[in-house]
Amino acid sequence: MELVKPGLGLIFWMTITFSIVLFILSKFAWKPILNSIREREDSINNALDSAEEARKQMSALKADNEKLLNQARAERDLMLKEAHEMKDNIIAQAKKSAEEEGHKIILKANASIESAKINAMNELKTQVAILSVDLAEKVLRKKMEDRAQQESFVNENLKSITLK
Amino acid sequence: MQHTKRKIFSYLIPILLVLVYSTYSSFSAFGQDHAVPTITDSSTHHHNESSHQESSHAESSHAETAHEEGKVDAGKLIMEHIADAHDWHIATIGHTHISIPLPVIIKDDQGIKMFMSSKFEHGHAMYEGYKLLEGKIVAVNSDGNINHEATFYDLSITKNVASMLISVLVLCWILFSVAGSYRKNHGRAPKGLANLIEMAILFIRDEVAKPSIGPKYQKFLPYLLTIFFFIFINNLFGLVPIFPGGANVTGNIAITLVLAVFTFVITSINGNSSYWGHIFMPPGVPKALWFLLIPIEIIGMLNKPIVLMIRLFANITAGHIIILGFFSLIFIFGAMNEGLGLGVSVLSVAFTVFMNFLELLVAFLQAYVFTLLSALYFGSAVEEHHHEEHH
Repeated sequence: MELVKPGLGLIFWMTITFSIVLFILSKFAWKPILNSIREREDSINNALDSAEEARKQMSALKADNEKLLNQARAERDLMLKEAHEMKDNIIAQAKKSAEEEGHKIILKANASIESAKINAMNELKTQVAILSVDLAEKVLRKKMEDRAQQESFVNENLKSITLK
Repeated sequence: MQHTKRKIFSYLIPILLVLVYSTYSSFSAFGQDHAVPTITDSSTHHHNESSHQESSHAESSHAETAHEEGKVDAGKLIMEHIADAHDWHIATIGHTHISIPLPVIIKDDQGIKMFMSSKFEHGHAMYEGYKLLEGKIVAVNSDGNINHEATFYDLSITKNVASMLISVLVLCWILFSVAGSYRKNHGRAPKGLANLIEMAILFIRDEVAKPSIGPKYQKFLPYLLTIFFFIFINNLFGLVPIFPGGANVTGNIAITLVLAVFTFVITSINGNSSYWGHIFMPPGVPKALWFLLIPIEIIGMLNKPIVLMIRLFANITAGHIIILGFFSLIFIFGAMNEGLGLGVSVLSVAFTVFMNFLELLVAFLQAYVFTLLSALYFGSAVEEHHHEEHH
């Protein structure tokens, strides 16, 4: 039973000691320690917050950059495409005009060839006509040297002519 | 990683050393106290008769009683180690008690008397009308008989008071150096001891005070931290078997009583209207039942500090009793047969090492539980109730 009987002296000293300890520790230990812990936590939180802010800004900046880059890329693509089209157009046009030109030249050449041919033909025809007339004259002259032959020929031809 | 590991070890190694040393020295101190008289039975008896004949009727030193009966009285022996004392016993070698005398302060109708407890010669002598009887100061008449009528207050610096003062000084020294390191290391990460202490401070603040008390926790934090560290360091000092430890401070009901009263007073002072209203005007209960309910509520209110007081006292005392019990086994068996005692000692030491580790856990756990329950009581005192909605 001795164990559960609180001793008066012990209660007395414990009360005094504990009150003093509580006071001293609260004032000189807990206050500065808790304050500096809180300050440190605040500063850490602030630092973390500002880091987060910076991160956000960075990502915004990055997104901006990305956007700009995409824009530039799109513009470049567009320009390339346009250039391509232009090139194709030019080539197609050039081809077309060259073809036309060629065609025209060919046509012209054909025409000139044709006319030259016709000319040559005509000339040939006249030459042939002149030659054949000359030849026929010469043949006739030779054949119609005698009178009898001339008369038979005329007759023959006269027979073939029928009056209408 | 490697660095932190080494740091943890640098904390663990001293603790382990203390443990090993504590088991060893409680073993040896105990052994010298009781084993020697058992072996040299007859010579001690002779010695008693010759030197202390005049006070032999009051002879109550446990060693003598023990061997007079021819066996070890484990119960009495354990109680003597757990109870408070007027001198700080370190060891008994042969018949020489090595102990530190402590000041005796007695307040009676003649005024305050102060002298060292060595004047009592371990219960063998009277001084200024007082003597020691079974470790307690009693008033005696001039003829040496106990005077039961005399009223006096024993305000001595006993072993528990001295141990408490030492532990408090150590605690203050640790915490002041930590506070200093915070001032020096302002805004930086804590180093060394401050790191260890901060872990506990943050634990009390974030795991105990904040969830139990709520937004008003700041006001109670210094008290909670103080009781936590006070109980914890005294628990640890209690595990060290020799000076400056060895006293059973937190296992003494007077100490836990004062701590519980502090918690109770702080709870009562800070109790708001809803806290007191719950006790004296139980809401949602017909007025006719108040005469029944109010006493129950008052008992419930008083019950809280009583539970605090008994839990800490019982847990720490039980731990001490178990460890002392294991050592007593050695001498109980040793009194039967020396070989048996030696055999049992191996088991006892092994169990005591285990118990010491368990007690380290209990030292922390009980400090934590006391702090947590105090915080919960403060929380209930400052909590804003909304009766209409709840009942």
